[in-house]
Amino acid sequence: MSKFQKKQAKTKQQVPTTAMPDIIFMLLIFFMVVTVLREVDVQVRVDYTRAENIEKIEQKRLVSYIYIGPESLGGGRYGDTKVQIDDALIDDIFAIRRLMYDKLMEEHRLIVSIRADQRSEMGIVSDVKQELRQAGTLRINYSTLRKGTAQPM
Amino acid sequence: MLLKKRVRVEAEVPQAGMADIAFLLLIFFLVVTTIDVDTGIGMVLPPPPDPGAEPPPIRQRNLMNVLVNAQGMILINEQPASLPEVKQLVMDFVDNQNRAQDPNLSESPRQAIVSIKTDRQTSYEIFIDMLDEVIGAYRQLRNDASLREFGITYREYTNRVSREDNIIREMYPQNISLAEPDPGS
Repeated sequence: MSKFQKKQAKTKQQVPTTAMPDIIFMLLIFFMVVTVLREVDVQVRVDYTRAENIEKIEQKRLVSYIYIGPESLGGGRYGDTKVQIDDALIDDIFAIRRLMYDKLMEEHRLIVSIRADQRSEMGIVSDVKQELRQAGTLRINYSTLRKGTAQPM
Repeated sequence: MLLKKRVRVEAEVPQAGMADIAFLLLIFFLVVTTIDVDTGIGMVLPPPPDPGAEPPPIRQRNLMNVLVNAQGMILINEQPASLPEVKQLVMDFVDNQNRAQDPNLSESPRQAIVSIKTDRQTSYEIFIDMLDEVIGAYRQLRNDASLREFGITYREYTNRVSREDNIIREMYPQNISLAEPDPGS
């Protein structure tokens, strides 16, 4: 028998698990609150541009998106540049005026985020902008990524 | 008395599975959540033009004309320029009062207007790069002014004062005019 026998602690080596459901619930509630379920299917391809001097939109609830980019036809093929608002592709550019006006009536502090593909031409972007002016939705945001970040999925 | 004797059973919901259910929900929300930050360049469009009204007169020296064509070539006040130079040129133009005091550049930062005009064929990316440079110039001017006046960066300054009390914002208003693009060739 060795003289220097190791003293073993008599305490139980167990992590208390009784509080675990509470912690899980807390995490759950956090993610539930944070989650904004994506409600639109983007039917056009949008590769964002990058810029350095950008700002965050704080009030996400006020934001309405306009997507501009080549229509995706499936199988990795892309068609002409189209404008998408909510779930629908807009064929008649002058329809934007009425659509955005209706949105503005619902939410007076509306911010329109323009999510345009980096290769789309300024012509169509400008046409959309003119329509927004006519609708009275003057607060806009050119959606860009910070320089050096990857495209989101 | 024919009262039935009842055996009182304690009504209990089994709680052992609760953690599992919570886990399941947690994992669902974890997967679904996309914490995508909405970033971009904020702008306020001008209201639609009055068909009868004439545009207000602007002195030529207070206007900086930036033209960008479909190839991404830049013309500033009829002089060709490259993208990296733009920031310095804009800063010299806007802050002319405190710098060179060139009679061909703006009278004061408040009166200075930067007008960006593109072709219809210009790609959105080129336009955003251009706009980014101009906004960057204004940011630097504001930041310099804030450091000079208050000894803090502009970002800190904006956190401390309300939008209405922001003197520096008033000193350097972002007068950026985005003209309708040319039909181009």
